[in-house]
Amino acid sequence: MSELKLEAKEGIDQQTINSVKSLGESYKYGFTTDIDMEYAPKGLSEEIVKLISKKNDEPVWMLNWRLEAYKRWVKMDEPNWPMLNYKGIDYNDQYYYAKPKSLEKKPKSLDEVEPALLETYAKLGIPLKEQEFLAGVIGAENNMDTKPKKVAVDAVFDSVSVGTTFKDELEKLGIIFCSISEAIKLYPDLVKKYIGTVVPRTDNYFATLNSAVFSDGSFVYIPEGVKCPMELSTYFRINAENTGQFERTLIIADKKSYVSYLEGCTAPMRDTHQLHAAVVELVVLDEANIKYSTVQNWYPGDENGKGGIYNFVTKRADCRGVNSKVMWTQIETGSAVTWKYPSCILRGDNSQGEFYSVAIANNYQQADTGTKMIHLGKGTRSRIVSKGISAGKAQNTYRGLVNIHPKAANSRNFTQCDSLLIGNKCGAHTVPYIENKNNSSRTEHEATTSKIDDDQLFYCLQRGINEEDAVALIINGFCKEVLQALPMEFALEAQKLVAISLEGSVG
Amino acid sequence: MFEIKNLHVNISEVEKKIISGINLKINPGEVHAIMGPNGSGKSTLSYTLSGKEGYEIEKGDIELDGESILDDEPDERAAKGIFLAFQYPIEIPGVGNLSFIRTALNSQRKFNGKDELNPAEFLKILREKADFLNVDMEMLKRPLNVGFSGGEKKRNEILQMALLEPRFCILDETDSGLDVDAMKQVSKGVNFLRSENRSFLIITHYQRLLNYIKPDFVHIMAKGKIIKTGGPELALEVENQGYTHLLN
Repeated sequence: MSELKLEAKEGIDQQTINSVKSLGESYKYGFTTDIDMEYAPKGLSEEIVKLISKKNDEPVWMLNWRLEAYKRWVKMDEPNWPMLNYKGIDYNDQYYYAKPKSLEKKPKSLDEVEPALLETYAKLGIPLKEQEFLAGVIGAENNMDTKPKKVAVDAVFDSVSVGTTFKDELEKLGIIFCSISEAIKLYPDLVKKYIGTVVPRTDNYFATLNSAVFSDGSFVYIPEGVKCPMELSTYFRINAENTGQFERTLIIADKKSYVSYLEGCTAPMRDTHQLHAAVVELVVLDEANIKYSTVQNWYPGDENGKGGIYNFVTKRADCRGVNSKVMWTQIETGSAVTWKYPSCILRGDNSQGEFYSVAIANNYQQADTGTKMIHLGKGTRSRIVSKGISAGKAQNTYRGLVNIHPKAANSRNFTQCDSLLIGNKCGAHTVPYIENKNNSSRTEHEATTSKIDDDQLFYCLQRGINEEDAVALIINGFCKEVLQALPMEFALEAQKLVAISLEGSVG
Repeated sequence: MFEIKNLHVNISEVEKKIISGINLKINPGEVHAIMGPNGSGKSTLSYTLSGKEGYEIEKGDIELDGESILDDEPDERAAKGIFLAFQYPIEIPGVGNLSFIRTALNSQRKFNGKDELNPAEFLKILREKADFLNVDMEMLKRPLNVGFSGGEKKRNEILQMALLEPRFCILDETDSGLDVDAMKQVSKGVNFLRSENRSFLIITHYQRLLNYIKPDFVHIMAKGKIIKTGGPELALEVENQGYTHLLN
């Protein structure tokens, strides 16, 4: 059976191609759920911040923390350095809080959740029932690895968490996996100790905004020595119109623990832009290991650049402990505008940071994304593999910083940035900053830019593979190193997504 | 039956006429060799037949069983049974050799209204043919043609030919870059695939390949035309005397 298993890991295969075809439309998550919502009044003010805090039934310290952030934010300016061109965001023309009315009282179990909400997730292929399912959120049938897998899910709908699965099973191991609003109430000491310590309230315009108005998100704590037995995943859905989503995720991996976490995101097709400004903080203690994967598929706007999500996200991991390790993997296919730099602070000696990224920009999408690797500890290592694909009239920028502190002796970085262009109206840009202040440390940087090669295409065609499939094949080959870094359960889904995102971009 | 009728071809990019009036009829089961000096238009002919973009057909026709294939895209021609073994097989990083071949085979099967093969069925067929051509599993796991030696690339072309089972095979200078042993292996594969339903067009500079693959007809091509046609003895004549005397 070993060959069979290998076949599953090989690049795109026929089933993948077929399922891409069967999807028909290019963005299949664009539906809207008709549901009774409760909104906070439009606009942003101290009152709104207080209201969100009150809605979440928060302690005073949390409210004060938010208010400090808000005060800071009003004095800040939106950053203008990214290679992004978008109309200014009217922060007062947004709702900052939207919650399905049926969730007024948090359901005790998923059985109590309104059917329309459950249907939404069913339609998205997200398992909210505690079932073991064959690898793969959607399209599991073509996976050869038939061992049932469990994935625990926290589902966030607009501003609130709908529910979390497998909680009890995780609790037995001392693992906490719940919404952050719950964690603030149930585990205030843990939250207080760590929130804002990786991404400070004052960090940047969007992080500060998030600190003031975040409504929900996920919280994970893995106790010392525990290896989390299943994938944890959060699924973010923006549904309401003119509503921003501001989630905040905090993951703490205590000494010698391990967790693999995945987030997915979708939104309906709407003509207006919607704002998404999230913060993710990872705390990694001695010899702990966090694998954090993102499949970002927010609505990208239509082929003329109308609508789509503005995605401004601050993600950072603090490798505080010795020999700690973080691996960021991201598949960024959605959003009209993406601004995102998942970073690692390699503070502990011999800590390791890895960043694997596929960023796809098609039509009028714009992506300015990359990573920061800050080497502070001795013997720290980092690896960056970035694959940018631009098609249509899209602009795709890799922006990265590798900083090796004078005290970070014997540290290493390897960076590889590859860009692929499809057509001649798109752009790829690479902006790497490398600062090495220690003589015993080394950095390596490799970068390539290429176009889809006519000879490669012709070779595929000559074997009977049609043009669309051939492009999908070549692109998946280009991204393979990153796709393989994803948890097996999601790699196939990501492959399909890559193909869908580029549908119609050749020819 | 495969037929080329009064074919005239320009390369669009340079607006240069490369082929000026080729007529050739290839019956099922026949092996035809085309020889000629550099720049005679041999590779242009192979690309034109397989439908590569950038080759503009000014006049003439290409027919498969009496039907023109000029309007068919390259992938449609492939599915109808036209196979080109490339002089320089293309590398595609990250795409596994095995899944590439399976994708190709299933695409063609689908085009022809046949069921696609599942991985187990495919592997079974693949194994048989791979063993015969001395292609090991390790080579099938690697990315398509990436880091393959010259001999491995050509053997991989023949393996694809064996699996796709085309009716009309074009071998574009398959002997180039091969040592004697590799050439023997490749020829063995081709000879194995010879059958009464399958015909071959073998493009080569040198006679030596034709020692291993015996052609029924040999055509000498120069300046975009076929200037002489004969049997295997014509290839020997070229080997001994060069092309010059034929050109004058």
